[in-house]
Amino acid sequence: MITLNINKKNYKLDADPNTPLLWVLRDNIGLVGTKYGCGVAQCGACVVHLDGEAVRSCVTKISRAQGKKVVTIEGLSASNNHPLQKAWLELDVSQCGYCQAGQIMSAAVLLRENKSPTSQDIDDAMAGNICRCGTYLRIKEAIQLAAKESSSDK
Amino acid sequence: MEKTSTNNSRRTFLKSSLLAGGGLMIHFSGLAKFALPSGSAETHLIQLTEINGYVKISADNMITLICPNPEFGQNVMTSLPMMVAEELDVDWKKVIVEMGPHDSVKLGGQFTGGSNSVRSYWRPLRMAGATARNMLMQAASQTWAVPIEEITSKAGILYHEKSGRKGTYGEFATKASAIPVPKDVKLKAVKDFNVIRTSQKNVEGTKIISGKPLFGLDYKHEGMLIAMIHHPPAFGMKLKSFDASAALKMPGIKNVFSLKLYEDGFEQAGFDVRSFNDLLVVVGKTTWEVMNARKKLLVEWMPAGDVIDTMGGRGGKRDVIVPGALENTTAQLQKMREFAKKPAQQLRKDGDPETAFKNAAQIIERTYDAPFLAHNCMEPMNFFAHVTDEKALLVGPLQAPGLAEPTLSKILNLPADKIEIQMTRMGGGFGRRAYTHYATEAALISKKVKAPVKLIYSREDDTTYGIYRPMYTATYRAALDSNKNLIAFHVKGGGIPEHAIHANRFPAGAVDNYLAEGWAIPSNITIGAFRAPRSNFNAAAEQSFLDELAEAMGKDPIDFRLELLKRAKENPVGKNNEYDADRYAGVLKLVREKSGWTGAGDKKFSRGVAAYFCHNSYAAHVVDMTMRDGEPYVERVFSAVDCGIVINPDAASNMVQGAVIDGIGNSLYGGLTHKNGVVEENNFHKYRIIRMHEAPKTVDVSFVQNDIDPTGLGEPPFPPVFGAVANALYKVHGRRFYQQPFLLSKPDGPSV
Repeated sequence: MITLNINKKNYKLDADPNTPLLWVLRDNIGLVGTKYGCGVAQCGACVVHLDGEAVRSCVTKISRAQGKKVVTIEGLSASNNHPLQKAWLELDVSQCGYCQAGQIMSAAVLLRENKSPTSQDIDDAMAGNICRCGTYLRIKEAIQLAAKESSSDK
Repeated sequence: MEKTSTNNSRRTFLKSSLLAGGGLMIHFSGLAKFALPSGSAETHLIQLTEINGYVKISADNMITLICPNPEFGQNVMTSLPMMVAEELDVDWKKVIVEMGPHDSVKLGGQFTGGSNSVRSYWRPLRMAGATARNMLMQAASQTWAVPIEEITSKAGILYHEKSGRKGTYGEFATKASAIPVPKDVKLKAVKDFNVIRTSQKNVEGTKIISGKPLFGLDYKHEGMLIAMIHHPPAFGMKLKSFDASAALKMPGIKNVFSLKLYEDGFEQAGFDVRSFNDLLVVVGKTTWEVMNARKKLLVEWMPAGDVIDTMGGRGGKRDVIVPGALENTTAQLQKMREFAKKPAQQLRKDGDPETAFKNAAQIIERTYDAPFLAHNCMEPMNFFAHVTDEKALLVGPLQAPGLAEPTLSKILNLPADKIEIQMTRMGGGFGRRAYTHYATEAALISKKVKAPVKLIYSREDDTTYGIYRPMYTATYRAALDSNKNLIAFHVKGGGIPEHAIHANRFPAGAVDNYLAEGWAIPSNITIGAFRAPRSNFNAAAEQSFLDELAEAMGKDPIDFRLELLKRAKENPVGKNNEYDADRYAGVLKLVREKSGWTGAGDKKFSRGVAAYFCHNSYAAHVVDMTMRDGEPYVERVFSAVDCGIVINPDAASNMVQGAVIDGIGNSLYGGLTHKNGVVEENNFHKYRIIRMHEAPKTVDVSFVQNDIDPTGLGEPPFPPVFGAVANALYKVHGRRFYQQPFLLSKPDGPSV
């Protein structure tokens, strides 16, 4: 038995400790916002937060997540009101939408650590997230907008 | 499927229960259960009246619009219902949008592909809105006993000004649904549009950014098992034998078996492309368990030898031999060179090109190559199936349910009306999901294990079991007279296993002596549509060649193209020229203006230009390139597009920006190679996809403003990016690039 804390809820699981967190989220717990894209930490569709750090859940064993706090896209905000989520809607970023949860989760860690990231900072932080539709311009703009909105809130 | 409110803040989620309605006409009431805003556990049953296949209205005036076409990011779930809303006269912000089921009787062709969604539904959807509005007005006219001419509508409410009466659409929905569908309803004039041509946000935007289940891979069904296939490691191989004993002992595993996709002699329709006919299948409880068990399979593969495909469809029933040889990329290129020397099929001839080339003062000849490309949809192929003896439920990502259904019907031996297909949002498509062998596989697996099953491809399965963009080559020749006038043009194109030549497109029609030829090499590597099929190669090759030609003639590349287009307009050569020379010139002029094109680069950038016509639309780009860290970098792009009326301008700009980035990525990095039939790039660490830091800083998109009926947009902006990138590369490096992907291209030879 492994206990995982996901989006502030505890889940007791009877699963192989080597199982990637991605598949436990999707198959066992039913949180499917975290996406499978490559399985080898190349595309970023599966990014979640593990004790506040962005990790690729496709290569993160659940044994590593034990005793830590996991946050997925479903737990990022109470009512889809994270500044990034608001900015994503404001700029109508998504095309197919499949990669966007991973993009937002990567960007959320960047924004927490860097309140006013430069274009270069964003490029560096987001290099691990592929968007096959090519919405990169709007993703970057949305991160900048969210940064601006967050700083003006204070 | 959940329903979607266009008003993102409203958070109204509806659970649909689409009951079968009676034919084209109405009079059914569906019951829909829906939960009220967040926090409320309360559910209500509401009654929806179907006015026609695209419009449902509840008694309390909740308007539900049905999107007929599958959504893969081209935003049809927003743009198509906008067309209904325009004529129905409802408040877009309050409309609820729902993805329709597969229903060709009520919902038309339902084909996402060929940049055809908006174009093919432009009239039917506006008519659906207009006739529904008219039926509601007739109902009010009967109820109020006033002439219909005296009734007006505004945002979902009907008015009779003289008597001061008003009523919502909802109040008249039931009555309206029994009124025969009128035939001669007038559509709005373009100048009166107030929904079309306004920027509206993606109706599924909130669900996307909050991680709601939307995609095929997210679909769940009670008692559902997970299946994965195991396919031969190389094109040209087949299953010899297997030992599943170790795999079957793995936790969670239910079954391992071999599966035959098509029985011998099965008549394949055009989209029934098969890469491999015998597959191994592992079925289990969870994805991870199935993935692990699959690694324990002991399998022997063997050369398949030549295989016969029985093809049906438009060409009539015929047997096609698929050669069994295991292919290598270097040998593929060599073979293309050999075939290029042989006589080819003449596709078009104007004037006397042979004599013109004989008399030429100068002949310019260049050869261009491009590799196979994998679609790399972010969501790997997958499909859910629940097949019983009586019926089948299939749910998942596909572009063409109407093409999948006849095949499923034959394979499952079930009548079409016993096969229910539901379309999920697709994590990318790019043409790949028009070929739904994976849905057929899922159906056969479910039938075999007698359980609901979701088939999932791993990324490696997805990349190595593809329906790829073919490998292409083309040799262009131009004859100039002693005054450097273009007197003849010749293109001879080939590929594996098809050529890409569009013989009746520009510059056909603009040159007196013109010859287009094509040839093809059969192959066992399966190919299919890839965002702007064939055009995505032609625009790279032809537009590079025109650039080089302009230089040789001492002309500005835009001026040169405009001269040719002027000729094609004023005194066209030959027949069947597919393009409109004015509209083609229009995008070149617009991009020239927007980019401040002077013919030279500026201090910072090397510039390349290209334009192309495909899928009934026109696009041109100016690409501004620099060198950065030893690699070419496209920093800025100007795009001009003529696709007629633009339904949803901001979303349309988004799609053009995406097409530009996709084009830059594929032209610089994209490519799939084979070694003994094995695909060498099996995942993203080997198949380079453009990333954020490689994308331009700006893509400035302009649309030609006109009132022409809308044409395609998903594909047309994509092909000319390749040509513009090639032409900018020349300016950066001082040498031409003839082989894609350009970043692997060496000056002195083929490299793919």
